[in-house]
Amino acid sequence: MKETINFILNGKPISLDVDGERMLLWVLRTDLGLTGTKFGCGQYLCGACTVIVDKRAVRSCGYPVRNVEGREVITIEGLAGNGELHPLQKAFMEHDALQCGFCTPGMILNAYSLLLRNPHPSREEIISSMDNNLCRCGAHNRIVQAIQTASE
Amino acid sequence: MNNDEYKDVELNHLTSQFTLNRREFVKLLGGGIVIFFTIGDSSVLLAQRQQRGYPADFNAYLRIGEDGRVACFTGKIEMGQGVITSLAQMAAEELNVSLGSVDMVMGDTELCPWDMGTFGSRTTPVFGPVLRAAAAEAKAVLIELATEHLQIPKSRLQAEDGVVFDKNQRENQVTYAQLAKGKIIERRMDEKPALKAKSEFTVIGKPVLRRDALEKVTGEAKFTGDIRLPGMLYARILRPPAHGASLKSVDVSEAEIIEGIQVVRENDFIAVLHEYPDEAEKALEKINAQFDIPENNVNDKTIFEHLLNVAPEGNVADRGGSIEEGEKSASFIFEETYLNSYVAHAPIETHTAVVQIEGDKATVWASTQTPFSVQSSIARSLGIPSENVRVITPYVGGGFGGKTQNRQAEEAARLAKLTGKPVQVAWSRAEEFFYDTFRPAAVVKIRSGITDAGKISFWDYCVFFAGERESQQFYDIPHHVTMVSGDWGRSTTGSHPFSTGAWRAPAVNTNTFARESQIDIMASKAGIDPLEFRLKHLSDDRMRKLLDAAAEKFGWTPSKAPSGRGFGIACAKYLGTYIATMAEVDVNEQNGNVQVKRVVCAQDMGIAINPEGAKIQIEGCITMGLGYALTEEMHFKGGEILDLNFDSYKLPRFSWLPEIETVLVETGDVPPQGGGEPAIVNMGGVIANAIFDATGVRLYQLPMTPERVIEGVRRK
Repeated sequence: MKETINFILNGKPISLDVDGERMLLWVLRTDLGLTGTKFGCGQYLCGACTVIVDKRAVRSCGYPVRNVEGREVITIEGLAGNGELHPLQKAFMEHDALQCGFCTPGMILNAYSLLLRNPHPSREEIISSMDNNLCRCGAHNRIVQAIQTASE
Repeated sequence: MNNDEYKDVELNHLTSQFTLNRREFVKLLGGGIVIFFTIGDSSVLLAQRQQRGYPADFNAYLRIGEDGRVACFTGKIEMGQGVITSLAQMAAEELNVSLGSVDMVMGDTELCPWDMGTFGSRTTPVFGPVLRAAAAEAKAVLIELATEHLQIPKSRLQAEDGVVFDKNQRENQVTYAQLAKGKIIERRMDEKPALKAKSEFTVIGKPVLRRDALEKVTGEAKFTGDIRLPGMLYARILRPPAHGASLKSVDVSEAEIIEGIQVVRENDFIAVLHEYPDEAEKALEKINAQFDIPENNVNDKTIFEHLLNVAPEGNVADRGGSIEEGEKSASFIFEETYLNSYVAHAPIETHTAVVQIEGDKATVWASTQTPFSVQSSIARSLGIPSENVRVITPYVGGGFGGKTQNRQAEEAARLAKLTGKPVQVAWSRAEEFFYDTFRPAAVVKIRSGITDAGKISFWDYCVFFAGERESQQFYDIPHHVTMVSGDWGRSTTGSHPFSTGAWRAPAVNTNTFARESQIDIMASKAGIDPLEFRLKHLSDDRMRKLLDAAAEKFGWTPSKAPSGRGFGIACAKYLGTYIATMAEVDVNEQNGNVQVKRVVCAQDMGIAINPEGAKIQIEGCITMGLGYALTEEMHFKGGEILDLNFDSYKLPRFSWLPEIETVLVETGDVPPQGGGEPAIVNMGGVIANAIFDATGVRLYQLPMTPERVIEGVRRK
């Protein structure tokens, strides 16, 4: 059943006529063409689909689009502001904290939510809050370093 | 080089003697100056002739555009291993242009010369020299052209940063772009071109950051699943619950009532398609299907016995001396069996393909390591000539060997044909596990002996189903034999209940785990420090030097194992690259948990093109290797795959991470070797040996799960 859903997407108000039970991931990727958010497992186990809703990281593959009504959503495409990369994006580049890059948007956004609630996390705090985001290429150590750099 | 060694051909003089003539081809590449390059050995051209459409008598690896940018065309693909950067470095180095002015065009069958595929750590050692030679050739031609343009002898000319200039008068110069405008330079390489010596390198060997990083941190990088064409449908396909199952009955009526759904059926191939992937998924769930599942009692516990029962006769891979003689001089004989389970590739990007058919032409976007095989298989399945199929490879979200198989692309092609619309097939995680070509379960049996003096007297090795690669031991052992039965990719019928295939460093993870465990067992019995024991049996200086480098970085101090410290060691060769690894572990004997605290890996891969990239690959190998060493194994019952997502199939996580230190060792002028796989091969052995050193418990089966550790402790 279609309904109108109003929310802020990457800083801009948006109004969508959409079946509210559809998952945010697919609405972002298809209806809105924002393909930076990735499908990895479909069961909230890998974190490739992580986006920010009202400053919290959510797994968009299991998050009905209805739930974003009146909220603020940030995807990887919206992280850089005014042509300036976010410090996390810069740090991921500088530390080579990625290989194939498929998990990268989810990693960056999960780290973003961590830094929002804890701007200067310890190494242990970074590891524990990133632990449910999977990377198969093995960029983990560099991801931790990148997050540390971005938090300094 | 003389003028008559190359032909300077006007475009309008060309005849259309090829499927695609040169004029068309140059246009297709974007115009400008194309450096045609032919390798003396024509095996590549022969293969290319099969792939019709591309000109038949040359390869074009480089184009210099009128803007001065250099485009490098390669059939290799980028899946995280970083060749998008290291190949550009090689081209920039030999052409004397800045790295930033090189653009990489990768994995496009229409624009790129034929390539077998991206696997086996072959890009750098095999394709690299070809690319460097082409670039060196191109530079030589450009300088030759400059002598004519500037009327200055070659000896006075120098090329730098895309400009040829007079050494005596620098303002007397001409750019590459100005030089070759409107021309085609053709040259057959008869002699080896002079490549730069290591001492002349300004780009190779210098650490540079990834060229694809910006796109990947902003979400702009396009992977296959990100392709959405007008009118495209997303497909979900009905799958059997087990390999070998056959469809008994099916009811699709519930699926058909979903608005906008298209149900396609061709025999047992049933798919639902929709303009939204999630709607297609919903429709798939509404299909009611019954399958017949054939009786098959083999499971992940009984598989090893089964494999030994059905193993084909072995081949001798290596032999020296006489085992009988060796046995006579042995004072201790060790007879051990090593096992490893099926392991999944599990890239985070599942197999994905988009196919668009227009008339008798098809365009394919695929997450693949082998775009040219996709081209020919799609052509076959659509019944059209290869030249009518263009495969484009966007960024690939991890491969590890698994994306050399491309069933998903054939499915997308079949559905595009059946529906008459562009179709995307993106496998779910369950499909990815179900149709994966696993690293095979394998058994290694080793008999070996040592003398009173602690010297290995014989080595009798037999590997079942892992494969031959690097099964030949490299220690100084007077009497030895290596037998190989079965291989990762060519299994006898009735062996594995599902597909197996190449998994990062195929065969070598298994062979190294078994060999390095056995070596440690003997060292311990002999009461000799495991490093010293290895050095005692090694005359290869490259390996000795590498072990010393690892030991120095690690701070290895001699002790016989088990020392209680939890230190492990393993060394290996992988297709020309040498690797020595040391690790420190903590073992909790109560709950069986193994925490790897520290790993030092020394690697000799010849000249490292991008040392930073090489280190990243080593780190990736070590991290990925923790998985097959500690948790990763596929559970199954007959043809039914029981692990279908990351809840039960456990990949390495942040909290597992050891401190990782890498040392790159260059021995003399060994040319660049591969680096995407080697460092993973030691991970099973080094952790098994470290667990033994910590606890005195020897584990013979990978992965070394908490249950197996607890069982080992109990056995002790």
